[in-house]
Amino acid sequence: MKPLNLIPIKPSLDFAGKRIIFFGFSILLVLASIALFVARDLNYGIDFQGGILIEVRVDKAGKLGEMRQQLSNLGLGEVALQEFGAPTDILIRIQKQEGGEKAQQAAIDKVKKELGPGVEYRRTEFVGPKVSEELFRDGVLAVVLAIVGILIYIWFRFEWQFGVGAVIALCHDVLTTIGIFALTGIEFNLSTVAAILTIAGYSINDTVVVYDRVRENLRKYKTLSLFELLNNSINETLSRTVMTSVTTLLALLSLYILGGEVIRGFSFAMIWGVVIGTYSSVCLAVPLLLYLNVNRGTGRTKSDGEVAQEASS
Amino acid sequence: MVYFSKWKVSIILGIVVLGLAFAAPNLLDRKSADELPGWLPHEQVNLGLDLQGGSHLLLEVKASVVVRERLESLVDGVRIALRKDRIRYTGLGLRGKTVTFMVRKSSELEKARKLAQGIEDNLEILAEGNRVTVNFTQRALVEIEKSAVDQSIEIVRRRIDETGTREPTIQRQGRDRILVQVPGLDNPERLKRLLGKTAKMSFHLLDHKGSMSEAMQGRIPPGTMLLPSVEGGNQAQRYLVRKRVAVGGDRLIDSQPSFDSRTGEPIVNFRFDTLGGKKFGDVTKKNVNRPFAIVLDGKVISAPVIREPILGGSGQISGNFTISGAQDLALLLRAGALPAPLTILEERSVGPGLGADSIAAGKIASIIGLILVVVFMVITYGIFGVFADIALLVNMVLILGGLSLLQATLTLPGIAGIVLTIGMAVDANVLVFERIREEVRAGRTPISAIDAGYSRAITTIIDANLTTLIAALILFYFGSGPVRGFAVTLSIGIITSMFTAIMLTRLCVVAWIRNRRGTEVPI
Repeated sequence: MKPLNLIPIKPSLDFAGKRIIFFGFSILLVLASIALFVARDLNYGIDFQGGILIEVRVDKAGKLGEMRQQLSNLGLGEVALQEFGAPTDILIRIQKQEGGEKAQQAAIDKVKKELGPGVEYRRTEFVGPKVSEELFRDGVLAVVLAIVGILIYIWFRFEWQFGVGAVIALCHDVLTTIGIFALTGIEFNLSTVAAILTIAGYSINDTVVVYDRVRENLRKYKTLSLFELLNNSINETLSRTVMTSVTTLLALLSLYILGGEVIRGFSFAMIWGVVIGTYSSVCLAVPLLLYLNVNRGTGRTKSDGEVAQEASS
Repeated sequence: MVYFSKWKVSIILGIVVLGLAFAAPNLLDRKSADELPGWLPHEQVNLGLDLQGGSHLLLEVKASVVVRERLESLVDGVRIALRKDRIRYTGLGLRGKTVTFMVRKSSELEKARKLAQGIEDNLEILAEGNRVTVNFTQRALVEIEKSAVDQSIEIVRRRIDETGTREPTIQRQGRDRILVQVPGLDNPERLKRLLGKTAKMSFHLLDHKGSMSEAMQGRIPPGTMLLPSVEGGNQAQRYLVRKRVAVGGDRLIDSQPSFDSRTGEPIVNFRFDTLGGKKFGDVTKKNVNRPFAIVLDGKVISAPVIREPILGGSGQISGNFTISGAQDLALLLRAGALPAPLTILEERSVGPGLGADSIAAGKIASIIGLILVVVFMVITYGIFGVFADIALLVNMVLILGGLSLLQATLTLPGIAGIVLTIGMAVDANVLVFERIREEVRAGRTPISAIDAGYSRAITTIIDANLTTLIAALILFYFGSGPVRGFAVTLSIGIITSMFTAIMLTRLCVVAWIRNRRGTEVPI
């Protein structure tokens, strides 16, 4: 069987030349994300906002209306009910109650008493105001630290210009991911933060691969214009970029479709992240180097070993 | 590069075999895994609460209550000491966390200061003009708080153990928090009820001199307190109870639920230790035909009349209990009182049904994802794709083995991490294979192309994976519970996939090329 080549043997797409289109598109995307975030805010889950979440399974479908009626009379403020994956599974979300931690427990008791013994409690989650504040703070801190950590690593391994390019692409990914959550209203919770961090890792992974090739070509072709060199580097690594995105997407789609309702928001964020991360590596991170005054002098000490290796092979 | 030394081959295969050995117990059920011979690994992957069902509770100890109690008893201590030595004083009381008083004669200031100093160690005393202020040292305050939390952990453990739950985890978190994780619990409400009570019990005499109606209007006689009954909410009956504790609940050594032999009602039997029994005997002997109150957490459970002296050191409480109410009260009294109330800051309870569903869904998603990627790799890279797939399968085994070895916890996001690893693990191989393709196109011979492919791709692979590892480690540090499980599987997956891609696939490729030296690379 002849192996399949997903990408033509030697693609010669002009990524660097179309950069204005990409930059424009991305700036628009980021601005739209910020606007959406400001205008609609995120649909924070109880992790970050505090409150109560109860998932129940009832014996037959179509009880949603009746249950809504029952619970709205308890005086617990905003109570939202929705089907969750199956018609017999119902997710109940209750807003944070006034009066500290004790009041939340009282609300859970009330709901359980009202619904009686006929339902199966699949999940009861409650996050008090203290903990939700801490989780939020930790979440933001984790994302910021991850970006800084990655920046430092890239700085060490490459030159600062690459670090700047990579982090701009990274921030683009994180911001647009937040934007898509604001747009769709999908719940934003702890596992979303985990997804964002993974997206950061994945996107950087992609960027590093292309950057590595840029660095290699910078040493190899001293006279080639930077413009052409960047284009070549992207094209040479394009089949790898596409291959890896496809395998990762295959796995994630399987998770999204089959992995169950609890994990669906998470897999959605990851799928979005893979797409946007791949795009930003190829279309932003690399063309950005054109503006960052990349050093084209004789390579750094690190390259010497590799040059020697090349000579011997 | 195309040559592997014998020892290198043995190390690679050795790691694979070890991975298999550590992963294998997971294929058995728990019981047969435990029965494996001692020299074989028999640990299975720990399932998180979100997969096996159970309750996660984060509790906060209100240590300030204990500090307050200590301060109040310090006030009493000061009063007793001053009276004993006949030092006249005014304005003795608490101001914030400070006990203050004034001496009448300033000549007695030094004496008062010394007296206060002698009450307890760890006191800071300031005497100026006529005023004396007494403080606990900062160290003492920290110590009081710490021991309150330690003691709470002990009581929480006893209460949970008494319910007969298996393998609870109870840990201190931060300064004043306790994390409780109880797997496989079918009734989290009962657990919360049990942990929500301080369960401080004491026996008091009722005040029979004071007038109840005056007390209700706020004129409470000194040395007594007005306590509501447990039942009845706002209209609860009130009792005028002497403040002095006749016998404290800390003197109890056992309590069991039972039934009254006459009425058949649920009751709680209790037994005092020797000293408590003697005290109880004395009190009941002196107060026959007078009522006394059994007080739990500031509420009167019952207030029976003493019919005859109770000398045996044991008795019973009957207070309109339900069967489960009597059981719970007996359990609480057996386990002892908490030094301070606990507040539930966070709860995550998952029923066994949802956990099982999540495992099933996770399994299916992993298997389908695996099949898709495996097939795709073969279609794209032919025989080399098969090598990458072998590496991928071994990678799965190694992740499972690594999780079992480290006794890390597998959670639902953790399963997602594994699925993600399936997709990303082939990346290293893709990098190498694409490089080989390029080198072949550039006109190299097969062996030299493969050689160059590996040596050039390796720095890229390490750079790319280390950046993801940074993100995963930060996630591990900041994440909690399920999310931490994701960071664990992702980190293990990154490390094992680097091993399998760089070492194992290469071993396959080299072995294959030896057998077919000279032919072109079918990639």
